[in-house]
Amino acid sequence: MKALYSFFAVIILIALAYLGITADMTTFFGLVLPYIAAAAFIFGVAYRILIWAKSPVPFKITTTCGQQKSLPWIKNSNLESPHTTLGVIGRMALEVLFFRSLFRNTKMSLKDGPKIVYGENKWLWLAGLVFHWSFLIVIIRHLRFFFEPVPEFILLIQSLDGLLEIYVPVLYMTGVALLMSVTYLYLRRALIPQINYISLISDYFPLFLIMAIAITGALMRYTPLRVDIIKVKELAMGLGSFNPVVPEGIGAIFFIHLFLISVLLIYFPMSKLMHMAGIFMSPTRNMKNDNRMKRHINPWNYPVDTHSYEDWEDEFRDVMKEAGLPLEKE
Amino acid sequence: MYDASKIILGILIFLVLATSPFWYSKATGQSDYLPDPVILTKDTPGKDVCVMPTDYMRSSHMDLLNDWRNSVVRDGERKFVSPNGHEYKKSLSNTCMDCHANKTEFCDKCHNYMAVDDQTCWSCHVEPKEEL
Repeated sequence: MKALYSFFAVIILIALAYLGITADMTTFFGLVLPYIAAAAFIFGVAYRILIWAKSPVPFKITTTCGQQKSLPWIKNSNLESPHTTLGVIGRMALEVLFFRSLFRNTKMSLKDGPKIVYGENKWLWLAGLVFHWSFLIVIIRHLRFFFEPVPEFILLIQSLDGLLEIYVPVLYMTGVALLMSVTYLYLRRALIPQINYISLISDYFPLFLIMAIAITGALMRYTPLRVDIIKVKELAMGLGSFNPVVPEGIGAIFFIHLFLISVLLIYFPMSKLMHMAGIFMSPTRNMKNDNRMKRHINPWNYPVDTHSYEDWEDEFRDVMKEAGLPLEKE
Repeated sequence: MYDASKIILGILIFLVLATSPFWYSKATGQSDYLPDPVILTKDTPGKDVCVMPTDYMRSSHMDLLNDWRNSVVRDGERKFVSPNGHEYKKSLSNTCMDCHANKTEFCDKCHNYMAVDDQTCWSCHVEPKEEL
């Protein structure tokens, strides 16, 4: 049901964009909304990070997956349980670039009745990694629409991506990989009962949205629905230089593509997609495991009123002296 | 705010990258550049009409070239009838470059602008000699 709602939400978005374009609202879909979306994305993400940055971290909650640094003759693991900044950076880099913690994903199953078996389960790691990397490369390739002259590294990425030289215009591997992996990420939620049970609309919606963006993009590149990309770049450059123009005669498919991206950008800061910034803000990953070397002060701690024996003696010294009680300080 | 310096640095990196479409072309000074491919034979009678309509050629000329290559190389089929009834020989060097002999002023203009790799053509065909 939740998948269905999300699916139809995306279909309705596509229909909206199509109706808008046939009603000649190209200025809204081509200029106004992209600006709103860019602002919502950039400021929204920065705002959410600032809010997170303000929340205190009361405890040192590093995830420890290895031996902590302790006595010199006990071998410690600086990536699994880092006690230095360099170690934290290394762990973070492995996490962000290669999803190291997901690589440890295991699957529990029951075999022959009561036997519990834990096995490796790397499919999510693989699909997730392929999905994120190909999406990143696709986004970098799209910078050719905004950058003039197109920098060398984009040309390099393009030629590596199209290395197979299949079809004209050349088929990009990342496009295929993106669609395949996003399909896997959906099927995983749809077909595995336990994951289906915990999946929400906010899990399905971004998947369908990204799927629709990739499909409209592929249609625009590989099929006769193709649009004149010189005009598309003119529009993109106009947006980038704040001299917005909508050139005549760009096909509706482009505006659908652009509209879906605008929706994604607006949706981004208020959704689970914020894990893009959140991964860097996770205390379980970005804190050093140096509890025994350095005391972690809880920022919530307020000054506690204490009354030690010394204070007590100070208070009653005269009376105690009179009564002949022993005193620590005369 | 906790760890302010690191987080501000992170946000700054994000902002610089995310706003790159807004400053890159401004920085290179090319933000209002538009390619102007030159058609040499625009006013020459007999050479002023393309094999397909302009809109189609602008977006999908590679389809046509690809079809031509496949049918010529694989089937030896060299005859092409355009939508307006003209008959052409399927040939890049003899038909296309009859009018568009100026690669640097025609092909390259848009291909460079869009970062399109046109080695599909020029890895087999000899690039036209142009008088510069």
